[in-house]
Amino acid sequence: MTPKPTLLKVLDYLSVIVLIIAAYLALVYAPTEQIMGDVQRVFYFHIGTAWVGLLGFVLSAILGIAYLVTKDMKWDIIEVAAIEISVVFFFITIVLGSVWARPAWNTWWTWDPRLTTAAITELVYVAYFMLRAGVEDPERRARFGAVYALFGGLSAPITFMAIRLFRSIHPVVIGAANQNQEKMNMSGDMRVAFFFALFAFTVIFIDLFWNRIRLGQLESKVEQLKLKVM
Amino acid sequence: MTNFLQATFAVFRKDITAELRSREIIFAMMVFSMLVIVIFNFALELDPATRKEVTSGVLWATFAFAGTLGLNRSMAVEKDRGCLDGLLLAPVDRSAIYFGKVLSNLAFMFIVEAFVLPLYSALYNVNLFNPGLLLVILLGSIGYTAVGTLLASMAVQARTRDVLLPILLFPIAIPVLLSAVKASTGFLNGVEMAEIWPSLNLLIVYDVIFTAVAFMVFDAVVEE
Repeated sequence: MTPKPTLLKVLDYLSVIVLIIAAYLALVYAPTEQIMGDVQRVFYFHIGTAWVGLLGFVLSAILGIAYLVTKDMKWDIIEVAAIEISVVFFFITIVLGSVWARPAWNTWWTWDPRLTTAAITELVYVAYFMLRAGVEDPERRARFGAVYALFGGLSAPITFMAIRLFRSIHPVVIGAANQNQEKMNMSGDMRVAFFFALFAFTVIFIDLFWNRIRLGQLESKVEQLKLKVM
Repeated sequence: MTNFLQATFAVFRKDITAELRSREIIFAMMVFSMLVIVIFNFALELDPATRKEVTSGVLWATFAFAGTLGLNRSMAVEKDRGCLDGLLLAPVDRSAIYFGKVLSNLAFMFIVEAFVLPLYSALYNVNLFNPGLLLVILLGSIGYTAVGTLLASMAVQARTRDVLLPILLFPIAIPVLLSAVKASTGFLNGVEMAEIWPSLNLLIVYDVIFTAVAFMVFDAVVEE
């Protein structure tokens, strides 16, 4: 067994440090939003986790294609790692969003395009793990996983457009908004907290991703050793 | 190309012939869809006022549920009796098998839909014979079976196959169901075409993208 690389160990500690700093910036440093109040502080982590969650899902669709083209098991290991981490982060995003929505929209949940798409996307990747759990042959499991990851990645934007045919009330953070949507205006200090949260979660994502890939490699090694014994 | 089409139609003809002899898929789908409508009747209290709003939702939920039943069965039959291995041994392009299965599943869907529409019209005294609605049903069924056939051929190879197909299919098929419901409601309530077009376009885009992708990855799904 190869020992844990030093860089990964450093990254482990760095992740904890940036998470603490990001929490400080979001909870103490950033000024209180005038209209929404303190609950708006949830937003920094909400966007941070959403960003890495989506990053992992997009990555997994690409890795799925890479597996289908090359049939190399290493892509499958990376794909599972990406999806597994993203499912957790995306779940955190949804929960944090709910926490914010309760005072802001006066409801825990609303069937808005973004929320609905997020929930459906999460369900797609839960289904992904159920599919994998039902297939024993590792090579077939990898093929099915790759196909389903590709389908999930393709359907998410279409789902979003389909639901968008109804009106959205989700605030638009980046990019031009519809006239009738509320747009969040950030002050300088808020921007610092916002971009640092993005950075922090990217570091945490890379760290977890790397650890999970290593775990996947060890898993497949154990599986091979088991086969050798039998 | 003619070879490909011939193989596709051979698979299609095989399924239809087998179904005409056993009648196990279509009959089950019909009875099931009838039961779904009955359940919706009590679950939603389909009085004339609400009916106008929910008709297309009830129809599409019925098609989707009956559809999974048929998709699961039509692939399970292949797997159980080792027919799929036989089909794969045939010296034809494997995607021809996929398209053959899509065609026969589509035929089963259409038969069930042709059964449900007059039944629903008669039971609830609404006229569902609207050319626009028929177009939506055509487009929606194509997208649903294109994705469903591919996912069903994965699901039957898994250990948990009977529960797996709806779980795999529904989240992916949500764009089809949503835009089909939206477009159907539009046609049934006589909304202007300008409002229906976005949903129709989305259905067409979905059909094209997912048929193309399923066509490309089917080899990877059945490969032994």
